[in-house]
This record gives sequence, structure tokens and C-alpha cells, in this order.
Amino acid sequence: MKVITMTRCDGRKNDELRTVKMEVGVLNRADGSAYVEWGNNKVYAAVYGPKEVIPRFLARNDKAYLRCKYSMAPFSVEDRKRPGPDRRSVEIGKVMAGALAPAIILEDYPNSMIEVLVDVMQADAGTRCAGITAATLALVDAGIPMRGLVSACASGKVDDQIVLDLCKEEDNSGQADVPLAILSRTEDITLLQMDGIMTEEEVDEALSLAIKGCKSIYQMQMDALKSKYGD
Amino acid sequence: MVIEMDAIANIKREYINNLAIEGKRLDERAPDEYRELKIIPNYIKKAEGSAYVELGATKVIVGVKYDVGTPFPDIPNEGVMTTSAELPPLASPEFESGPPGEDAIELARVVDRGIRESKALDTGKLCIVPGELVRIVFVDIQVLDDGGNLLDACGIGAITALKCAKMPIYNAEGNPTDEIESLPLRKVPVTCTIAKIGGKLLVDPQKDEEKIMASRITVSTDEDGNVVAMQKGIDGSFKLEEVMEAVRLAKIKGQENREKILKAIEEAE
Repeated sequence: MKVITMTRCDGRKNDELRTVKMEVGVLNRADGSAYVEWGNNKVYAAVYGPKEVIPRFLARNDKAYLRCKYSMAPFSVEDRKRPGPDRRSVEIGKVMAGALAPAIILEDYPNSMIEVLVDVMQADAGTRCAGITAATLALVDAGIPMRGLVSACASGKVDDQIVLDLCKEEDNSGQADVPLAILSRTEDITLLQMDGIMTEEEVDEALSLAIKGCKSIYQMQMDALKSKYGD
Repeated sequence: MVIEMDAIANIKREYINNLAIEGKRLDERAPDEYRELKIIPNYIKKAEGSAYVELGATKVIVGVKYDVGTPFPDIPNEGVMTTSAELPPLASPEFESGPPGEDAIELARVVDRGIRESKALDTGKLCIVPGELVRIVFVDIQVLDDGGNLLDACGIGAITALKCAKMPIYNAEGNPTDEIESLPLRKVPVTCTIAKIGGKLLVDPQKDEEKIMASRITVSTDEDGNVVAMQKGIDGSFKLEEVMEAVRLAKIKGQENREKILKAIEEAE
């Protein structure tokens, strides 16, 4: 293990998460919903379905079609974000679907659609991880049958050190960012992205640290579900 | 998006899976073997840089064009690179015309990230008049024939096109001169895409393998052996050890393909 010599810009230890709060069932109209406050990120997730597939040609006769949409409010970032989907949002929606699909028993609902909507109200690095974490809670809240919970957390490289859960300043100045999601029960990696420059050893270290972070997030997800539904 | 035409018989699915478990593949390649790679640099004369790439049955063309414009306010002394990809109906019965969908956007962004994050392009050197005028480099990807693993074919095409691009030198007043120069490229990052089928890792999946793969991971590496970008694609999952195995494969295969890229450029010049 490396000796921790530097403190991070917000005073956290290298393996310390930001403060995370989770609440299940925060929206009335959605079939399931959740709110996650992760450091300065504020993220809502809603789930609708299983429901009719629109457009029809997307219907699958062996499993449900999972649609994920990620969007950011215009006021969620420093410079106003133009409303509507941009390329980044489309890509995040796609990788979120890939992260959640392995956890959902889609085979139970052929010819139907499950829609997951993640809306970021305030962004401060790590919104896709907060979004996946919230979406999982919303799926459970909607009563969708699941193989387990998906928990997400990023790690990265800042000042040549591998650290957990980068905040905005670290993300901007950092050398690499590794958002990760796992099926907590089996530690199967369902979301993995990385950008920056890292050696093979650093990738290994970053993935292990992020998995550790995901496990802490899993505990918080379980606590949030218990406080809504009891043990 | 899955259209009925794209369906693959269960019997074939099982066959490919069973082959993978035995360490074999449909086209008799080894699990860590790429299909034949053919690169023609400077294929499009109207572009400042370009490449025609064939990876097995997959055919793509990447063109590099440039423009000059004002820099982003937060990086006033840096030029800009943007990457876009088209999956036109000509290239597959599964593609439709219209604005880029999820797959085209992911393709462009993963190719872009592999180059951008490696810091291969020295964007500071694309600055012409600080704060006023910079070069904007467009990397445009056109897929001609989707035989599988578009990501690597396009990644190889993009870095080849950038590497062989030549543009006029601008003077301090912001006007083009008659002299031309290469783009300020510091590295040759290469993507390597790996499919997981039957619990095994197979590099460079061809179309039938893509249709049945459980999951997919793309790892971009540079010549120093660094990992510069990663992306897990589609559904499915990987174990930590499988990711690390993919990283090791990507370093070896990336180096092999990098040598092919450099050789093709050298022969063309």
C-alpha cells in the first residue's frame, strides 16, 4: 500500500466516499422512484413499466426492452446546458442500460418495455454512478424482479495517487477517471468506462478500489430500501 | 435495436458458444487473433488526411478535414478535435438513415476518447492566434460494410488518418501559407475490442460473434503500455480478472496493430 501523503481538496482520505444520502419512493406518478444526493450531485430516477413498447418494432418476444434515458437540467452545471439530448447524454443512457440490464429479470416480461429515467438536477462529477445507484433503487421500488442490486462508484488518479469518488475539482485536474458499477452480490462488473492515462497496475488498483466503493454504496442502498419497506 | 432480420438461429448461437469454450472460432482464428488488417493511408485526396481500413469483412473510411475558428473560452490557446460517425443504410440492413443513433454516437465517442485521453494530439500546437484563432480538426468516420468490430476498424482508421494528415501552416496574422505540416501527434493510441462468448475472451469479434456475445469491452492503449480509455459495451458483465486479462490482451494486440499502422503509412509516403 502507498503511504497517504496528501490530503484531497475536500479533506477526504484516498479511499473515502463523499457524503451520500438516498431516499426511495420520492415521486408519486412514477411506478418507482428514488433520489440520491452524492456530495454536490442531486439526482432523481424514475421507473415506468413494464408497459407497452413504443415504437412497436422495438418489442422483443423473449424479454422486456429496457430503455434508459439520462438527462441534465439546464441549471445543473456552471454554464447553462442546452435542454435536450446531447451526444454525452445519449452515450450515458446506453451504458446505463448495459449496467442495469444484467440485474433485471427481463425474461419475465416479453413484449413489454421498462423505462428508466435519470434526471440530474445538480452535477458535480460522478452523475452516472449516482444515476445508476438511484435507478436501481427506483427499479426495486417499482417492483421489477431483480437478480440483485447494481451499485456504482468511480475511482480515479489524482496527483499520481489512486483515489475513490472524484469530486469536480479532482475530475477536472485529475489524470484518470474510472466509473464502475457492479452486481453487488457477485461483483460482476456491469459498467466500466475509463479515460485518462494509467498503467496496468494502476488500472487494477483503481478497479479494486472502485469495487470497494460500490460495496459501501450497496450497504447504503440496502439501508434506504429497509427504511422505506422495513426489513 | 434488434430487428427481426438480425436474428441469429439458436443453433448457430450454441455452435459459436461451444466453439469458444473449446478455444475455437467460426473462422478458425485463435481467440487472440485479429482478422486480416488492410490499411490504405491517404485514400481520399480531398481530405487533409484519410484512411481506408479493411478488418476482415468490415470496411470503413475515415477522413480528417480542418477548419479555423475561435477557441473555446476556457481553453483559449488550444485547438479542437471533434469526431463523428455515420452508420449509413448502405453498410448494413440494420442501419437506418437519419440522425446518429446510440450506436453511432457510442462509436464516435469511444474512438474519440481513445485519441483524446492519450493526449496524442497536441492541441496547444493547433493554436494559430492565442485567444482568437485555432485549428479545428474534424475526424469523420464513414462505415461502408459492417462485418463486425467497427470500433477497432474505425479507431485504426482515425489514428491513421490523423497521422498522415497534412495542413497548411498559418502565419502569425492568421493566414494560410503555401507550406504544409503534419498534425502535432505525440502518440499512436490503438483500441482493442474483446468479446466475451462462452465465458472466453475473443479479440476482434466478427459479425456473427457480435450478435451472440454476452458482453464486450474496448481498451485503448498507447505505445508506452498505458491504458488510455476503456469502455464496457452492451449488456452483460465482466469479472475483475477478466478486465485485467482484457487489458493485457489489448496491450499486446494494440502494439501489433500499431506496427501495422506505422508500416502502412511509411509505405504510402
